[in-house]
Amino acid sequence: MQQLAFDTPLIFDLGQRGRANKYLPSAPPPDEFLPADMLRADLPLPDNTELDVNRHFTRLSQKTFAIDLGFYPLGSCTMKYNPRINDAMANLPALRNLHPFAPDELAQGALAIMWELERSLASLFGMAAFSLNPAAGAHAELTALLIAKAYFKKIGAAATRRTVIVPDTAHGTNPASAAMVGYRVVSLKSDSRGRVSVDEIKAAIGPDTAVCMMTNPNTLGLFEDHIKEIADAVHAAGGLMYYDGANANALMGNARPGDMGFDLMHLNLHKTFSIPHGGGGAGAGPVGVAEHLVPFLPTPVVRCNESAGAGGWEPSEGKTFGLDFDRPDAIGSMRSFWSNFAHMVRALAYVYANGFAGLTMVSKLAVLNANYIRASINDIIDTPYDENCRHEFVASAQALKRETGVRALDIGKALLDRGYHAPTVYFPLLVPECLMIEPTETESKETLDAFIADFRAIIATARIAPEAIMEAPVNTVVGRIDETRAARHPDLRWHPPTAAAAG
Amino acid sequence: MPQPAGLLYSKEHEWVKLDGDTATVGITDYAQNSLGDIVYVELPRVGATLQQFGSIGVVESVKAVSDIYTPIGGEVLEINGALEGDPALLNREPFGAGWLFKVKVVDQGETGNLLSPESYDELTQE
Repeated sequence: MQQLAFDTPLIFDLGQRGRANKYLPSAPPPDEFLPADMLRADLPLPDNTELDVNRHFTRLSQKTFAIDLGFYPLGSCTMKYNPRINDAMANLPALRNLHPFAPDELAQGALAIMWELERSLASLFGMAAFSLNPAAGAHAELTALLIAKAYFKKIGAAATRRTVIVPDTAHGTNPASAAMVGYRVVSLKSDSRGRVSVDEIKAAIGPDTAVCMMTNPNTLGLFEDHIKEIADAVHAAGGLMYYDGANANALMGNARPGDMGFDLMHLNLHKTFSIPHGGGGAGAGPVGVAEHLVPFLPTPVVRCNESAGAGGWEPSEGKTFGLDFDRPDAIGSMRSFWSNFAHMVRALAYVYANGFAGLTMVSKLAVLNANYIRASINDIIDTPYDENCRHEFVASAQALKRETGVRALDIGKALLDRGYHAPTVYFPLLVPECLMIEPTETESKETLDAFIADFRAIIATARIAPEAIMEAPVNTVVGRIDETRAARHPDLRWHPPTAAAAG
Repeated sequence: MPQPAGLLYSKEHEWVKLDGDTATVGITDYAQNSLGDIVYVELPRVGATLQQFGSIGVVESVKAVSDIYTPIGGEVLEINGALEGDPALLNREPFGAGWLFKVKVVDQGETGNLLSPESYDELTQE
């Protein structure tokens, strides 16, 4: 599948002093503009030719795994294909070369794109308005909780509303976001059906409840079927409902968080709206709010001069736009300039390519694909809460581990050997030895069938020759890593060779 | 595997050993086995006052980061410093050298909220 497994030394160990290409004129000597005590003579920066640098990083890039190389069933991450039309649109020179300081009248097209995307998201998810400001999911959670805090401050309840409720089936980052905003986190255990119990939530809420953060469908891939009752109870206690959009790919166009009673929500455009995901690169996490929270959205927001912006989707044609900074109740700005604008272009391209009817089909096929895999392997591995799932499901290797010693981790490693990315393992915490599998709608039936056949072969091998699975991967460029040693004795930085060793 | 006698257990898989008004706390063999290789342990400060069942620390394994809930309240007298350099002690000797901390118990009545070895055994068989 890939090129030769080249040996790739560290870039520090390549090259020779003076090798770097000198296309640019020399800078003035640093002692002309830096204080003498800040100068270092011993900084061992690598010195390589452009060709060697290029080869080095290209070879490294061939050691990675990507959605463009193979199936990536990483649960809760929605690793769907990134259509190239998105990039083509984001790379249009008129958009790519636009300066972030361009005055509104010179940026009407870009503002129209942001406004149309915002209107599309508001219509699809049933919220009054969205902010496109936050840069990713956890950043969006932080934004939404700051909005909640500003709201409680405005109504004079900030001192009493101190608690955030997070079920154990919610997205993993929720408790950290709540703690970061200074809230006390109350964790709720799910019931025997893998869902939040209405009785438990009623017992947990009170005059101190600020926000209840839920993920629907939850991290078990199950729809919270009492969601309206839960939302009513939280609202009756004076709290707000927050929808974590990690799993929005399961219901886009078919059910709307706004209709379920959520006051705040976020989306991950890098999951649901097919913009690139992972590698620590830029994401986009728009935050949507119900009517009463609109004044608190971060600045700036895109204002349409011919529309109140409260209705559903409408075309931008014939309208004019501006950036609105005059919002006295806003929580401030969460990101510089227009945030990750190119991703907004990609997301709107995805909306246009599919249309609202197509986006509704996206989530239906995502659910179908997940159920197809689940029903094709649940005779050979436990799938707790075995019912029709939404876009993902959780399998447990607990029984297999007891029987053969093969753990969820080993199954993941064995999948690497067969050309797949491993599923999410050991999350959610409430299922022991779990594997969370999310195929997404972009995979063909042939790909799903091949995965099912390989998964079944791994489990069959585990039962007759478990050591073969426990030694995997053997076909990858880097074999099995000693994760325990790496965690116990992390050695994260390169150390320059000592003068004596360097000779 | 039967649980060691003479200890009391919590549903969150911690154990307590009482010696007068001093209680030694650790995590069970079942807990360390479920967690897998433990790589880091965060313990409360000596002198801190703990509430029974409060979240008082963190144990991190290659799989996950989990809270430690103290099975009994009181003032922290001592923490197991050996865990800092060798967190694997928790895997090797969860009921012995891998103990977590000692507290001065305030309310002996709190032991009524804990499980006997037999009840804990039942819990882990489920």
